[in-house]
Amino acid sequence: MSDNMQHPQQKTGAVQTTGHSWDGDLQEYTNPLPRWWLWCFYGTVIFSILYWFVYPSWPMGKGWLKGYGTVDYTITDKASGKLLEKKDQPWNTRALLLEDLGQAANDPKRKEMLAKVQAATPEQIVKDPQIMEFVRSVGKGLFGDNCAACHGQGGQGVVGLYPNLTDNDWLWGGSTDKIQETLVLGRKGFMPAFGAVLKPDQLDDVAEYVLTLSSEAKPSEASERGKAIFQGQIGGCYYCHGADGKGIASVGSANLTDKIWAIVNVPAQKTLQDKKAQIAGFVAKGVNNTRIMPAWQNRLSPTDIKLLAVYVHQLSGGK
Amino acid sequence: MRHEQIETNSGLMLLLILVVISIGGLVEIVPLFYINETVEDVKGAVRPYTPLELRGRDIYIREGCYLCHSQQIRPFRDEWLRYGHYSLAAESQYDHPFQWGSKRTGPDLARVGGKYSNQWQVQHLNAPRSVVPQSIMPNYPWLLQTDLDYSDIVGRMRALRWTGVPYSVTQAEYDRNVKTFGKATADLLDINQAQDTLLKQARDREFDGNPARITEMDALVAYLQVLGTMVDFTQYDEGYFARFR
Repeated sequence: MSDNMQHPQQKTGAVQTTGHSWDGDLQEYTNPLPRWWLWCFYGTVIFSILYWFVYPSWPMGKGWLKGYGTVDYTITDKASGKLLEKKDQPWNTRALLLEDLGQAANDPKRKEMLAKVQAATPEQIVKDPQIMEFVRSVGKGLFGDNCAACHGQGGQGVVGLYPNLTDNDWLWGGSTDKIQETLVLGRKGFMPAFGAVLKPDQLDDVAEYVLTLSSEAKPSEASERGKAIFQGQIGGCYYCHGADGKGIASVGSANLTDKIWAIVNVPAQKTLQDKKAQIAGFVAKGVNNTRIMPAWQNRLSPTDIKLLAVYVHQLSGGK
Repeated sequence: MRHEQIETNSGLMLLLILVVISIGGLVEIVPLFYINETVEDVKGAVRPYTPLELRGRDIYIREGCYLCHSQQIRPFRDEWLRYGHYSLAAESQYDHPFQWGSKRTGPDLARVGGKYSNQWQVQHLNAPRSVVPQSIMPNYPWLLQTDLDYSDIVGRMRALRWTGVPYSVTQAEYDRNVKTFGKATADLLDINQAQDTLLKQARDREFDGNPARITEMDALVAYLQVLGTMVDFTQYDEGYFARFR
């Protein structure tokens, strides 16, 4: 330690030492603590004692000192929406959350708009620009938290895995009611595997016929053979996809006549041969346990589901 | 002088330091073992993990998932809106060690069960950016390629039983589980048929999409899909769990 850092009072001997000495000459001062520091310290002691009485603190037997602080929260009956009780609960973070959610004092607009969504039918919501503005802003957050992981942030989906929600092509129906049903109950896509039923050349013919439905291929002898399989008992594809190949929303079958491909990525294949191979390979395998939309009824409130259904509906412009 | 005696005797000082710093911990932790309301009453809804889920949990820990993902939804408005109902102590009563975590680089996983399909979980674990482009999660491709080692499942369950998790060995323990959880669940928790239970669940549910092979992916997805799903919150009025605090 240099000379100029020595305590100014050291030379006068005004400050006492603790009386210890180490290694012969090392000593320790007992300078008094600064007053402001000392008063802050006493202040924290007083604060902590007050804190014991306001908030839950010391354990006492089988319970604990609950404190005199209380939280008001209301319990409403879920089915009827009737007020059951309102009570002073000892302060705790769970009651505080209920108070926050119940009163939503920091967000009265949101509460008011949610009540409107709850009261309106999806059709009414779509027609009301004010509610739709709310649906777009809140729906974006709900979609991001719950749907975007599969369907993408903008709802564009992943070809072959998760349906595109923006293209107005719907496997299970695109009305707000149908979308709501999909959200509540979830969906399970299914298509039998034809690999054991059809021979490779038959699969090839069916693939060629499927491509003619969306004008990807011109009708040919092979496509005529494929048509016989598609429309006949051997393939029976028309059961689910319809005789016109337009799909049936009640069973979630794809529309094969448009240029939108939900599973087989036909547009990405350059040659007709590749397109056919992709389709034939898919028809051989089918779909089982791989295209599952989870059910949201136990995860989101009915109001949130309705709001999301309208949000998803407007992503594609609405059908 | 006493001050000097303590400061010059490092063994004594060490002992006294231990006594002083353990007071805070003892006051905070010990009462939790005898206060009635520590673990909420959920009427036996929370069961221990099945053998397959248990192996999945071990893989979760092995891969260090807890370093980036918490499993604890706090009772705050924003967490409620994003993740769902706040976590209960009852929900992790059979977790040894618990996976609450304290760091969220990725999202909280306490209620991830059932939120996504098995296929999504498999694809996401394999290559997260193929479904979430902005994700910074590493790829875990070996899960799908590695056969699940379940040869030591009995030992793993016995170790947990020793810590108080109600896996059953004796008939009396089995009967107790039948009473608490029902027969179907009690069978899942029976150590004597652990391997069969594990194989059956993996084959029936096809978590990784391939019934012919039981991989580490099967176990991990089985575990993820059960997280936060055991308590049916529609059964309780909103204030019920606040009464336990």
